[in-house]
Amino acid sequence: MKKTFRIGGVHPHDNKISAEAAIEVFPAIETAYVSMAQHLGAPATPVVAVGDKVLVGQVIAEPSGFISGYVHSPVSGTVKKIEPRADIAGNMVPHIEITVEGDEWMENIDRTPDIIREIPYTAEEIIAKVKNAGIVGLGGASFPTHVKLAPPKDKKAECLILNGTECEPYLTSDDRIMRERPEEILLGGVIMMKALGVTRGYVGIEENKPAAIASMTEAAKAYPQIEVVTLKKRYPQGGEKQLIDAVIRRQVPSGGLPIETGAVVQNVGTSLAVYEAVQKNKPLIDNVITVTGKCLPVQHNYKVRIGTPMSKILEVAGGVPEKAAKLISGGPMMGRAIANPDAATVKANGAILLLTEEETRRRPESNCIRCSKCASACPMGLEPWLLNKLGRAGLHAELEQERVYDCIECGCCSFTCPAGIPLLDVIRISKAEVMKIMRSRPKK
Amino acid sequence: MTGTILITVACLLALGLLFAIVLYFVAQKFKVEEDPRIGTVESILPGANCGGCGQAGCHAFAENVVKAPSMEGFFCPVGGNPVMTRIAEALGRAVEEKAPMVAVMRCNGTLASRARTNEYDGYASCKVMASLYAGDTGCKYGCLGKGDCEAACKFDAIHVDPEKGIAVVDEDKCTACGACVKACPKGILELRNKGFKNRRVFVSCINRDKGALTRKACGAGCIGCGKCAKTCPFDAITVENNVAYIDFTKCKMCRKCVEVCPTGAIHEVNFPPKPPKTEEKPHEENV
Repeated sequence: MKKTFRIGGVHPHDNKISAEAAIEVFPAIETAYVSMAQHLGAPATPVVAVGDKVLVGQVIAEPSGFISGYVHSPVSGTVKKIEPRADIAGNMVPHIEITVEGDEWMENIDRTPDIIREIPYTAEEIIAKVKNAGIVGLGGASFPTHVKLAPPKDKKAECLILNGTECEPYLTSDDRIMRERPEEILLGGVIMMKALGVTRGYVGIEENKPAAIASMTEAAKAYPQIEVVTLKKRYPQGGEKQLIDAVIRRQVPSGGLPIETGAVVQNVGTSLAVYEAVQKNKPLIDNVITVTGKCLPVQHNYKVRIGTPMSKILEVAGGVPEKAAKLISGGPMMGRAIANPDAATVKANGAILLLTEEETRRRPESNCIRCSKCASACPMGLEPWLLNKLGRAGLHAELEQERVYDCIECGCCSFTCPAGIPLLDVIRISKAEVMKIMRSRPKK
Repeated sequence: MTGTILITVACLLALGLLFAIVLYFVAQKFKVEEDPRIGTVESILPGANCGGCGQAGCHAFAENVVKAPSMEGFFCPVGGNPVMTRIAEALGRAVEEKAPMVAVMRCNGTLASRARTNEYDGYASCKVMASLYAGDTGCKYGCLGKGDCEAACKFDAIHVDPEKGIAVVDEDKCTACGACVKACPKGILELRNKGFKNRRVFVSCINRDKGALTRKACGAGCIGCGKCAKTCPFDAITVENNVAYIDFTKCKMCRKCVEVCPTGAIHEVNFPPKPPKTEEKPHEENV
């Protein structure tokens, strides 16, 4: 019997229509706009000046705090400007604008397709290499990977789980890399297991990706320490807490961190980036982006350098069809609407989704009929209808009592609500307010 | 038959009397001594329970003001000075007069001057919209027009004008309780002195972007050029973070800044229309 997580979850139609589109290398761009906020935490500080010549893979910005990261030039050329530019939400973020001239790489980067299997590095060396390569979690949250590979001293990691669930509808970038580069992903897993000092590894993949499961299982024959686990199709299985429950049957305590179960979860894309950083010296300068939508005649999976404007990607993919009413960065469940299509891609962008008017239309809001569908769907065991009522009344003490801080913002409640109540919209705000109050309290 | 009715009535009367006596003694025994002045003060207060004074409601205000040694720190924005004077009289205290305030809308980005760059189709709440992205125009500081202020106002004094796309304050109804100021996620609304004869001069913009960006996003924004600050003879205007601010305690309402502002971001309210300039039409007057 296939495994899955035990509480809640929904079954949106998976719409993996771009699954058969092999990864294409995106054509060279003329100008790259590299955001300094590529990761969760403090934006990086530029270390290049206007007029400097940079090579592909050269460090152009350094971390400015513990939770921050390096940023490398994705192209070779001249730094033209360093100034704020609008990101996908329209907020101004410092960007380094580089005019592309040729494609010259740093000399220490190994660009051959040969797979290097020996890992001569110690745990500290691996973590340093991962940090210097500017790797962040590519599952969407873009949390700096080196921080996750060095858990606090009082917590002991017991196993590594590679996240290949890709439970969001439409997205296929992880599916494609698992089909095309399975051994490199597993090697990335082995490297991270060495860094964590654990001997057990898992790859969790949902059953709707049989080709990826087959290729990963085949490649895993040479790596007995890593087990490929086939999971039932269920959203939000790719959530860190849900995946740990599904694979090793342990639940993260309320308000706690996933490391408390002894598991460290990393996305398969991150794993591939770790392999390339450690074995090939290649920093994180590109990622696979799915360009999909039912209104698009041709689906694509592009390997895109970071800093490519999304409008450019759409143009190369064949232009925005007239029927498309909404652009989304990421999947339809947790992705964010793109308010500014001229925004450049960042490390954690995984998809550009085009939806039509019919697909995005909101149901008119009516009254809660207490059907409790949201409570059954919530994967964190919360009561969204109650949080919604408390949130609208602004009752912060009660919201905290009802554990609003445990919400993972997966959107199952809004998805399942027959009355069309925007539950997540209200809960997300309430959560932010409650967390702000909780953080402002003096620590014991 | 009549007997049964009479007995029932008698029994009920006896029981009623018994309970009345018990309740009377219980009430005497557990009587709560409340300062009678609290009731007096509460009767003077408007009873809107808006929370504009910072207390939990009118009763809490009355309780605390009676307990406090002086009137300092207590002000009912809804009732204003007349109510505060009456309360002070009832308590036998002195009270300082406060200048009446009014909520001021510091965004002038109407639909005409601020082009929409995208369409928001999410939950109609400014708070939710502001948490998701910069907004549906090029200006990320401006009014989102989803009416969180309108929902927060208990006095029907602020409304989102569908033609302008921004909130508009009805100054006759506004009591300066501050509910809208708290509700606005962009911090656009501000409480300012109502001013002599309700006349006010203020900068109707809070865009902190550089001038060129502001101009691109909105035709009526403050570009931080500083002309107003240079013109002001009373040192009332400061330009910080590319936006001007008029200190209402220093402003003498000479309106020189209004004339020099290149984008019309400085507003004057309730001034009589200016007389035609004498240099332009001198001969007309002679005719």
